[in-house]
Amino acid sequence: MPRHPKRGPGGPGGPGGFRKPKNLRGTLRKLMRYLGRYKLHLGLVVVLLIASSACTVGGSYLIKPLINDYILPGDFRGLAKMLVLMAAVYVTGAACSFGYARVMVHVSQNCVAKIRGELFDKMQTLPLKFFDGHTHGELMSRYTNDIETVSEALNNSFASLISCTLNFTGTIAMMLVLSPPLTLITFAVLGVMLLVVRSIGSRSHLCFSRQQKTLGAVNGYIEEMTEGQKVIKVFNHEQAAKEGFYARNEEYFRAAVQAQMFAGMMMPAMGNLSYINYAITCCLGAMAAISSGGAFQLGDLAAFLQYTRQVSQPVNQISQQVNTILSAAAGAERIFEIMEMEPEADSGKVRLVRARADAAGNVTRVHEDTNAWAWMAPDGSLTPLRGDVRFHNVVFGYEKDHIILHDISLFAKPGQKIAFVGSTGAGKTTITSLINRFYELQSGSITYDGIDIRDIEKDSLRRSLGVVLQDTHLFTGTVADNIRYGRLEATDEEVKAAAQLAGADAFIRHLPQGYDTILSGDGGNLSQGERQLLNIARAACANPPVLILDEATSSIDTRTEKIIERGMDRLMAGRTVFVIAHRLSTVRNAKAIIVLEQGEIIERGDHESLLQERGRYYQLYTGQAELA
Amino acid sequence: MIKKLWPHARPYGGWILAGVACSAADAVFQLLIPLVMSDIVDVGIKNGDQTYILQKGLLMVLMAMAALAFGLGAAGCSSIAGMGFGANVRRAEYDHIQTFAFPNIERFSTASLVTRLTNDVNNLQMSLMMSMRLMVRAPVMLVSALFLSIHISRQLSSVFLVALPLLLLVVVPIFIRVGPMFRSLQDKTDALNLVVQENLTGIRVVKSFVREEREREKFTRRNEDLKDASLRAFGAVVVNMPVMMLIVYGTIIAVMWFGGQMVFAGTLEPGKLTTYFTYITEIMMSLMMVSMIFMMLTRTVACARRIVEVLDEVPAIRDETADPDLEVPDGSIDFQNVSFKYNQSNPENILQNVNLHIASGMTVGILGGTGSGKTSLVSLIPRLYEAGEGTVSVGGRPVADYTMEHLRDAVSMVLQKNTLFSGTIRENLLWGNPNATEEQLWAACRAACADEFLERMPGGLDADLGQGGVNVSGGQKQRLCIARAILKQPKVLILDDSTSAVDTATDAKIRQAFASELKDATKIIIAQRVASVCEADLILVMDGGRVAAQGTHQELMESCAIYREVYQSQQEGASLDA
Repeated sequence: MPRHPKRGPGGPGGPGGFRKPKNLRGTLRKLMRYLGRYKLHLGLVVVLLIASSACTVGGSYLIKPLINDYILPGDFRGLAKMLVLMAAVYVTGAACSFGYARVMVHVSQNCVAKIRGELFDKMQTLPLKFFDGHTHGELMSRYTNDIETVSEALNNSFASLISCTLNFTGTIAMMLVLSPPLTLITFAVLGVMLLVVRSIGSRSHLCFSRQQKTLGAVNGYIEEMTEGQKVIKVFNHEQAAKEGFYARNEEYFRAAVQAQMFAGMMMPAMGNLSYINYAITCCLGAMAAISSGGAFQLGDLAAFLQYTRQVSQPVNQISQQVNTILSAAAGAERIFEIMEMEPEADSGKVRLVRARADAAGNVTRVHEDTNAWAWMAPDGSLTPLRGDVRFHNVVFGYEKDHIILHDISLFAKPGQKIAFVGSTGAGKTTITSLINRFYELQSGSITYDGIDIRDIEKDSLRRSLGVVLQDTHLFTGTVADNIRYGRLEATDEEVKAAAQLAGADAFIRHLPQGYDTILSGDGGNLSQGERQLLNIARAACANPPVLILDEATSSIDTRTEKIIERGMDRLMAGRTVFVIAHRLSTVRNAKAIIVLEQGEIIERGDHESLLQERGRYYQLYTGQAELA
Repeated sequence: MIKKLWPHARPYGGWILAGVACSAADAVFQLLIPLVMSDIVDVGIKNGDQTYILQKGLLMVLMAMAALAFGLGAAGCSSIAGMGFGANVRRAEYDHIQTFAFPNIERFSTASLVTRLTNDVNNLQMSLMMSMRLMVRAPVMLVSALFLSIHISRQLSSVFLVALPLLLLVVVPIFIRVGPMFRSLQDKTDALNLVVQENLTGIRVVKSFVREEREREKFTRRNEDLKDASLRAFGAVVVNMPVMMLIVYGTIIAVMWFGGQMVFAGTLEPGKLTTYFTYITEIMMSLMMVSMIFMMLTRTVACARRIVEVLDEVPAIRDETADPDLEVPDGSIDFQNVSFKYNQSNPENILQNVNLHIASGMTVGILGGTGSGKTSLVSLIPRLYEAGEGTVSVGGRPVADYTMEHLRDAVSMVLQKNTLFSGTIRENLLWGNPNATEEQLWAACRAACADEFLERMPGGLDADLGQGGVNVSGGQKQRLCIARAILKQPKVLILDDSTSAVDTATDAKIRQAFASELKDATKIIIAQRVASVCEADLILVMDGGRVAAQGTHQELMESCAIYREVYQSQQEGASLDA
């Protein structure tokens, strides 16, 4: 088997949260492409943002005339008018901020749904090589963590960043209008704030990477131990498993406390620095009010103090939002990385069609189920599908410099049963993966009824091959749904017939709801053998012209296997079958048995002739050598 | 739920209290500062007293410093309390999972247990920490602002007395309405992730059957659902902010109107009026933070519920009736009228009325078709599952009389789906017996025929296995698992189809080794190959959950049609075996 995807020790939500994007500008530009469809919406958002900021900043400015011109002199009519104006400003501000938030939610959730959809679509087109190279946990976290951060950033951060910047500049501008000297104090304090942010930031970065590392260790341990929980029970190993966990849990606890402490310092530091600013401003403002002789009045001071509190809020927020946007960009970058990958090569033009052959051997294309197929070339000419598969000097390796199959040539004549035998890693599964073009050859070629498989449309090629894998995979849904996966339009009767043929009917009828029993968690309640029976039923339902059985019956007892075999023989009469099996009794009646060793064919022939050769097959068969 | 989780937070009760106190003090000091400010305006400016202004200014700076100190204290305490609580919950949950019996593990599934131990706990600890920092501030701010405003002017504070209930009246229903929306959002997210997860694990199936289009349809449906749910939830939550803003601004305007009149009438000083604005702004900011972490908390409730589900799960098999001192005397095994099914809702039993006697030291082979109940039968012996009816006895006593520890020490089982753990081969073997000597280790490996490849392996016993034992082949893995089981020196050894990837010659050698190495132990071997069991003292043929026949090879060949059929299916054309 090709190396199986394993979930890394990082586990769910594992490392990666703190990676910085490599190409920020490029990634943001790509994100903008998704937003591009909402130009009108975004224009509206910007207008509303500006209006809402203007209202916030302007509203506070109104405090000055309110106090100076109306309250202190006692002009109540004027005060009432002014307050109505203020109320209007505030209501407009609130309405605008509601408006942009609402529009932004609409835009962002639509964009995120689109990104999610495109990511999944794209993943369906990627070659298996891609899935081999990434753990499931890693790919899942594209959907969970990465899209989540992008959603958060789009929902909130972009608008927030703009509004904070507007508020900040607006506030500073108004402060300058009110009193340039007092504004200098604010600048000084802002400078100190920046220093604090940077020094806490760099320290907390270190702590955070330690926290992530120890978290990865705890999660990895939890994952491995929970996977093996049953073995732990059988060996009374609970205590040891606990101790290993305690140590890692404790280590993570220590690292996490430190990291969170640093992160938590930011808010009180910023908040209270702003109060120190407030105190100094108040003090000096009061002095100014005494000595300026009416130029700087109480109303000016009140408005200025209001601004002093307002100005630090955006500073705090901006640094937070920038972080969110950066991690969203890192997430988006990982998503786009997948979206930009090369899909499976598929330039073939030859298609698989249903056909009927008349007595004279002429093939015509038909649309009903005739149990016969033909290859249709782009020019419309038909070649009957016969199931003649040939390998011509095939060289292949999962990685370029690590060749697994060396110069393999073989042929399967139509209707033959071809078996592959050999130890683990000899390349049996690899050969079958090449027939349905899961991987691309390094050199050489494979032909199917004389057509190079690269010239066959990929979907057609795969539809012509039924594959039953050793690793059973069932999907959430009913038993019938799972069998019907082979052919979506199959009727209930056909589903049942397929199950009978696979010898699965008996156990299915004993399930609580028979064929309508819901399977969940990859068919958790079924035994390994029963799952394999369902797998075979699924392939039988598909009724393909060529069948590949990869250790399809390894967990099924020999008696049941015999029953299935009879069914399969009926199904596959006259069709080509490739069989990989560990149990030699399964392959004995094959037309040709091919013995592989380290990626090379070392023997081939039928059972009798191979035994007479007294070679590797003989050794295997007589139990002198091990098949693993 | 809180009752269930509180005990894990209790050890950090002091830190929680201190943290909450610090947060509260931070908030109170921040509210006192504007009060001092009003003195500067009302006394300092009015009298033109610069020294007074400087003194009060200094006082304000000192208060800000104090607030800073408390704020940092709150950060520290909340980190310790939050992370400590998380570590305790994780530990309690992990400990509890260790008491789970097989049915419990199956009920939750491995993947879900992992999520509940990792993501869910992390969410919980972050929520406690953030709540201590931010949730405390809002009510403290509200209450102390109320007190201080009454202190400043009883008359004007009536504005607050109207505004605050109004605020609650508007905001609370929004929160209540939004809660279920976020729960449904979470459900939709889970549904979408399930599709992705299954697609990833089954990608070969998807591609082989050319079902990409169908997978896309499935995904698109879930994606649309998720989009609708998020539009609803986030759309509802954005109402929060403007509503709060409106109420707060309304309060400012009311204060201006009434306060302005009071200032003119001389019943309120202008500086105090300014203090009022500042309070209102502070209250608004802390409310904004509450609504920020509110979203986090809705998710936390779901996480906490999932964790409590694990903690509440009653282990299906317990030591209640066990005698703690009782040891298994020998390896005899009895089944009396035993019936069993995995799930009570299943209409039919997996095992039906099984009666058996196996004498200590016997070698027993079990054959049978797929789903005939072989694995279920042997799983009852180390009490991995509890028999529904009847009694399973080991050493003459019902299995429930022994503690699980004693029983499973005596009954060693090699599971069909076995696991090796990351680490060296030696570390894995020591699971069988932590005190095993070098000789004992090698003896076990020899008995399991693992010695030959171990000797060839670089590092030998100390070779690293990699996660899940990826560095050894299937057959080698099986032999290591057998060696690990032998090291326990069990009274009963059960092999559940454990040599399926081992060649027949080695298989035979391992069985011979059992006869000499584990002479006194009862050996039970489930196998597909007749050759693996034909020399056994007793062979059980299972069919449809019953023991269809038992006897020696000779007896069964004469009396049992199924056995003959199995035998012949494996002999066909194999003239060379004869």
